[in-house]
Amino acid sequence: MAKTSASRFLIVPAVALQFLAIFVLSVGLLSQAQAQAVDAQKSKVTLALATEPPTLNSAVATDTIASFVLSHLMEGLLVYGSDGELAAGVAERWQLDADGATFWLRDSARWSDGKPVTAHDFVFAWRHALKPSTASQYAFIFYPIKNAEAVNGGQLAATELGVSAVSDHELRVEFAKPCPYFLSLAAFMTFLPLREDVVAHWGGRYAADSDKLVVNGAYVLDKWVHGAHLRLRKNGHYWQKDGVKIHEIDMPYITADPSAQFNLFRDQQIAIAPLDTGLLDEAVERGFNIEYFHTGSLYFLEFNFREGRISSNRAFRKAVQRLIDPDLLVNKIIGLPGVKPAYSLFPVTVKGSEKPFREEYPVMRVDADIAEARKYLKRAKAELGLESWPPLVMLAGDSPRALQEAEYYQYLFKKGLGLELRIDQQVFKQRLEKMRRGDFDIVVAAWGPDYDDIMTFADLFTSWNDNNRGRYDNPLYDRWIRLAQSSNDAKTRFNAMAQIQRIVVEDVPILPTYENGALYVQNPRLKGVRRSIFGGDPNFRYAWIEQ
Amino acid sequence: MAISVFRFAPKTWGAADDLEAVAPIPLPSMANPTVILSGLMVIFLLLFVTVGPSLWRQSPSQQWLSQISEGASRARSVRIVSDNGAWRPSKKADAPSGLKVHAANTEYVRLQWPKLAGIERYRVYRGDADKPGLGLAITETADSYYQDRLQLSSEVYRYTIADADTGLLLLSREVRPEAAMSVFEAQLQGLIPVTNNKTQWVEIPGHPLGTDALGRDILARLMAGGRTSLFVGVVAPLLFITFGCIFGAIAGLMGGWVDQLAMRFVDFVVALPFLLFMILFRVAFGIGPGENGIMPLIVAMLVLSWPGSARLIRGQVLALRSQPFVEASRIAGVSTSRIILRHMLPNVLPMILVAFSFAIPQAIFTEAFLSFIGMGVSPPTTSWGALCNEGIKTLLSHPRQLILPAIFISLSVLAFNILGDALRDATDRRSGVVRA
Amino acid sequence: MLSFIARRLLSGVITIWFIATATFFAMHAVPGDPLTQEKAMSPAVRAQLEARYGLDKPLFEQYRLFMSNMLHGDFGISFTQENRRVNDIISKHFPISATLGIAAVLIALVGGVAAGSVAAYCRNRWPDRLVMVAVIAAISVPGFVIAGLAQLVIVAMNNAAGKTLLPVAGWGSVSQIWVPALVLGLGTMAYLSRIMRASMLEVLSADYNIAAKAKGVHGWRLFWHHQLRNAVLPVVTELGPTIAAITTGGFVVELIFAIPGLGRYFVQAVQQLDYTVIMGTTVFYGAFLVLVVVLVDISYGLIDPRIRLHRGRA
Repeated sequence: MAKTSASRFLIVPAVALQFLAIFVLSVGLLSQAQAQAVDAQKSKVTLALATEPPTLNSAVATDTIASFVLSHLMEGLLVYGSDGELAAGVAERWQLDADGATFWLRDSARWSDGKPVTAHDFVFAWRHALKPSTASQYAFIFYPIKNAEAVNGGQLAATELGVSAVSDHELRVEFAKPCPYFLSLAAFMTFLPLREDVVAHWGGRYAADSDKLVVNGAYVLDKWVHGAHLRLRKNGHYWQKDGVKIHEIDMPYITADPSAQFNLFRDQQIAIAPLDTGLLDEAVERGFNIEYFHTGSLYFLEFNFREGRISSNRAFRKAVQRLIDPDLLVNKIIGLPGVKPAYSLFPVTVKGSEKPFREEYPVMRVDADIAEARKYLKRAKAELGLESWPPLVMLAGDSPRALQEAEYYQYLFKKGLGLELRIDQQVFKQRLEKMRRGDFDIVVAAWGPDYDDIMTFADLFTSWNDNNRGRYDNPLYDRWIRLAQSSNDAKTRFNAMAQIQRIVVEDVPILPTYENGALYVQNPRLKGVRRSIFGGDPNFRYAWIEQ
Repeated sequence: MAISVFRFAPKTWGAADDLEAVAPIPLPSMANPTVILSGLMVIFLLLFVTVGPSLWRQSPSQQWLSQISEGASRARSVRIVSDNGAWRPSKKADAPSGLKVHAANTEYVRLQWPKLAGIERYRVYRGDADKPGLGLAITETADSYYQDRLQLSSEVYRYTIADADTGLLLLSREVRPEAAMSVFEAQLQGLIPVTNNKTQWVEIPGHPLGTDALGRDILARLMAGGRTSLFVGVVAPLLFITFGCIFGAIAGLMGGWVDQLAMRFVDFVVALPFLLFMILFRVAFGIGPGENGIMPLIVAMLVLSWPGSARLIRGQVLALRSQPFVEASRIAGVSTSRIILRHMLPNVLPMILVAFSFAIPQAIFTEAFLSFIGMGVSPPTTSWGALCNEGIKTLLSHPRQLILPAIFISLSVLAFNILGDALRDATDRRSGVVRA
Repeated sequence: MLSFIARRLLSGVITIWFIATATFFAMHAVPGDPLTQEKAMSPAVRAQLEARYGLDKPLFEQYRLFMSNMLHGDFGISFTQENRRVNDIISKHFPISATLGIAAVLIALVGGVAAGSVAAYCRNRWPDRLVMVAVIAAISVPGFVIAGLAQLVIVAMNNAAGKTLLPVAGWGSVSQIWVPALVLGLGTMAYLSRIMRASMLEVLSADYNIAAKAKGVHGWRLFWHHQLRNAVLPVVTELGPTIAAITTGGFVVELIFAIPGLGRYFVQAVQQLDYTVIMGTTVFYGAFLVLVVVLVDISYGLIDPRIRLHRGRA
């Protein structure tokens, strides 16, 4: 018996020890050098990506992640410089007229395999993007170019497109209508050059892996493990390689979870991490370097104007306008500095003729007022001839913030107007499909600018725009847009835009709620990272690491 | 997350007891303290979600905009302040000599400072007065005044004005905002009539467990969420076990090719990857506007979870059919329905009960998991899993918003598991479980 | 025996067909389609895309094509990552999920056996109570809560140590496996330690154990050769289904720890309505599950002829 208890006595620690040994062994195995957020010696930055870029083929890429990666890999005719203004890229000079533009390419621009970048590469890329078989979502952005729309619709051959290589280093573009903002288009992702031989060689698998593309920008794609790891390394053939201070951008983490990214940042594994409401207090507490920038995108409620919808009644929309206070939404519900309440179709970042548009043409602000809102609602009820209010459908996305916002509106409608708002929460694609079919009364929508001109917002609610999902149809609105589109004169254009801004406030085709800002923490040794609306964000082309 | 097998011990149906062993052993171990405790826990949870809301009368959907993400609070009175969004100091007022506070309440803090030569832009920081550091940069402005409205609470803040370009600190001051509520909110909540906007005081209720990110009472939400969780947790197993039992019984009683076919079908359903198909079905069924998403959840569980009990019952029925006492009754000319009622049902019922009690925690977990990844119930309906999903986003700053619902999930799963365990032990020994 | 194996395999194949069909029709019942894009699309472009993915054909024709492609082991092209094949995605990302799953099972096995033995040895004393409390906690706390908390603990630990003891997230090095695997395997570990404790208690009171002790065997030898070997059997029989469940069920752990496994891809694909990836993944996982079950069945059949007969009859 004594023996038994002795053996028992021995076994317990022995088993525990065995278990512990395995654990310690594994911990020992792993303490190899871990990636650090910034490495001044190697001039290397480590980051986390929210998602993997769905594709790095510039002709079909649409998302912000692809735009970020491509802005480091590729260089267009023009680029956005360190100050966020347009600067010379592959084109060393250019000339813009009412009927077209000419670009003269620099001799020193090279692809990563050493071949020169020529005007033919641009002609090929643009034709390629417009071919119906490429099915590029961004094909419409070429439409200011002559014949672009017909080529995209399959009515004309791609060779009919109004772009030609006069010589290896001269590119001539003809416009279909005046396009005073063409230079900012020339810096856009879809306008990047493509090498015909490489695209033809890989076909549908072009840019699927790191060895299946050539680039002409500041970095080359050194490594791409799908879903796990991307690494960019300085491009030795880049014509301006001496200006590139960061030699390596390593992205060994791919996670969309802000908490996971924040934890990685706290552990000094990555140099930049986005913040949301739940993480803000903790970031402040730890004394992190918190920054924000305006993403240039507008969030709004879009009303449905299709036959028989309650939301097509103006008094009803005015009631909603007097009920929802963007200031309250931003400060109480969203609670992030950097997010701004919106009162206009045009965010404060939109450029005017000299100063920002909103400074030149201030918007009329409508303040929330429950008594007024109820008056409007009464009128709407009389106009619509309703006995009682039927429930309304609010279509919303499935992100945490969208959900929170929708629940807030639901409460406001119930308490403020006595209306029942039914939330229809859908995943991204289903929401888009329902928007297209008009399956909603109100939809929580957003719009980010595609190019650096006021028109990217303004023409959204014209009767012919397919992205006008509420089918708002106002001849007056359409007329102002036509006027602006046919003019090359800044004053005429912006006066028309001021009218558009007024119509949006008075007729409420949409109700702007907030202008989005991105809040993030950044490693204090990392300097010169450009955060911007256009040209890929964040941009490390001009960044450096402080010793 | 693997919803691995959440039962305490393998479900081996009483190995090797023959019918002689059926000797009546009086309900063993059902009276042990752990079991009593879990029984009480189950009763408490059921009371909490049913009777609770009539005792704690706050609405789970009421959003107190002035009390976003607050900790535990008592009922108190707050001042009503008129909010006008775009504030600027009146022109007449002289520029202050230092950092001047025009007003300080939890709706807005209005600051003004002297314009200093050579400084183009100011940056305003707001920090916690007890803690070192500047805190959060809430704005950058070219004006020499600012109205702060960003989620204020009545703690002491320290505002610091700095030069935005050089980072040079200029002025600093501590401010304690007074508890307040805007006229707009007071009118919205029906605390004052919409025609009245004279400054006055109103009473607001307390929140013993604090509020969530939309200012809703957490205690009320736990009750409402528990109702969903327990409803799904009980109704889904009830349905799929009933269905499974009928299916299994028919297969077992009919025998022959019907049985063969039925069992092949069971094999197919068992082979479906459970969570993948739960998600797939949830998307395929879709949730229309205004629907709470409970039905698709239950239907998906029903479709995927019934085979377990079907197999169990079929095996039992097959085994019982060949038992001497059943055969004897059949020879004696007892009708089939009577055989089923008198002889089969009493023998399988305990087993069904045990399967049921083990299925409950599993269903609760499944619901929680799906709601957690945003594929469960849809708002305004909530559940403990959905509350966890909301809470994990604020884990760092307000851990209670995750931990409270998580505790309730754990408690209910634990209690049902222990009860199931005890029930199984009891039935194992009491009823002669026959071997399949 | 051969006919038994053939029968099992055949029923496995039919099961996979059933899964594929169920997935196909479930997917096509979903409102909306994967071609929907943020920017409005011209009809010509849309027609091109529909043709590329065969969505312009009638449903039954699509089903026939899907089946015949599947027979050739081809699941088509992903909708969201237009230049990647679904086969590529599965072959790149499943090994990651599998590695994580196997590590989780190993941890669960070692931990479960150790904890169960300790508890049995110290029956009704504090180590037993401690293990049982831990088991109860691990079974009743939802995995997603444990995952979230685990990450916080690592960060706190690393910050306290001033260097990276354990990586917070990511994939690629051995060190990045352990924490997610532990979190994933925790529930199973608890379950296995329950079984282990019960079976060890049985072994400790068995005749051969007493005989071995009487013979003078003690200490490690007794534990290793006489007790563990016998006690571990019921645990091992539970492993088959457990491996399958864990390998296919790591969604949340993969999300929270930024692990590029197939589970994470599946959730993303569902949100993007990426038909081909959803169907490919589901069929693949289904086949994997069926394979595991068939293998387990066959091995039982080999070990114990009674099962073979019984299953054959059923």
